[in-house]
Amino acid sequence: MDVTESDVLAAAERWRREGRGVALATVLETWGSAPRPVGSRLVIDADGNFLGSVSGGCVEGAVVGEAADVIASGTPRTLEFGVADETAWKVGLSCGGKIAVFVERVD
Amino acid sequence: MRLDLLAALNAERAARRACVVVTELESGAQRLVGLDRVDADPLAGPIREALAARRSRLVGEGAKRAFLAVELPPPRMLVIGAVHISQALAPMARLTGFDLTIIDPRTAFATPERFGDVRVIAEWPEVALPAYGLDPFTALVALTHDPKVDEPALVAALKAGCFYVGALGSRRTHAKRGERLQAAGLSPDVIGRIHAPIGIDIGAASPAEIAVAVLAEVIRALRSGAAHAEGVAA
Repeated sequence: MDVTESDVLAAAERWRREGRGVALATVLETWGSAPRPVGSRLVIDADGNFLGSVSGGCVEGAVVGEAADVIASGTPRTLEFGVADETAWKVGLSCGGKIAVFVERVD
Repeated sequence: MRLDLLAALNAERAARRACVVVTELESGAQRLVGLDRVDADPLAGPIREALAARRSRLVGEGAKRAFLAVELPPPRMLVIGAVHISQALAPMARLTGFDLTIIDPRTAFATPERFGDVRVIAEWPEVALPAYGLDPFTALVALTHDPKVDEPALVAALKAGCFYVGALGSRRTHAKRGERLQAAGLSPDVIGRIHAPIGIDIGAASPAEIAVAVLAEVIRALRSGAAHAEGVAA
């Protein structure tokens, strides 16, 4: 079964209450063909465990990497991935779309 | 996101109430706006629009740029009739993320042997529906073909503003059903919200194929958003 938005938000709360460092990533904006709609979420803990998705698996790895910094610093950041972007080319949004993802710490 | 805001958001979801999380992107300030607090919010207009469209979105420019995350309760599907189509529909609906329940007062149909771990309530809709609590985030699929069972559920679903209401039956069956519902006080407009004959037209022949057609129609109603948003904006 699909991981639902409820599962992701419930995990974020549960993980934080367990004392883990937790970040929440949310799709802010999409351009062109994008696999997951605006508002889609991914929760990540300090060990890199994650649940949910912000793309079809194309940029999750990069988001999980950035989340570690956000968990450490507490400063939210907005990430952009797309075909025009060097990094995105590497992590590959092969659909040709572009997405912006907001990553914030759960405090 | 603060843990208390996250907990409040999860509580709203558990209570099946729509809400919006506003994030001011420059400052990082965040607030949870429940339906009862929309009017008092500085972003009341855009929040109402986002809720009506059932879509999260960015609004404003520069320092006022904000993300409105529209948080809707998870979709449910209530099937009236523990019939063959329901046996095929249950696993497919779960796979696509619907929380599924079947109601059928006929105990010979509503058996664990036929449905395994699917939630089946062997009661009349009139008895089971108050506890179930129909809402705008629920699809009602009536499959018994029996007016005594289907119609009370159809009436309740239309009144509750369910995002999808469908009923099995030919055009002729549905025309007669429409006459009865009108006699019971429903307006033609409201009756017109019933999808009948049920399911998108793919020439479905078997119970499983009909289940595919029904599920496709329910997903289309869910994803086409603004189709029936009164319940959200109320």
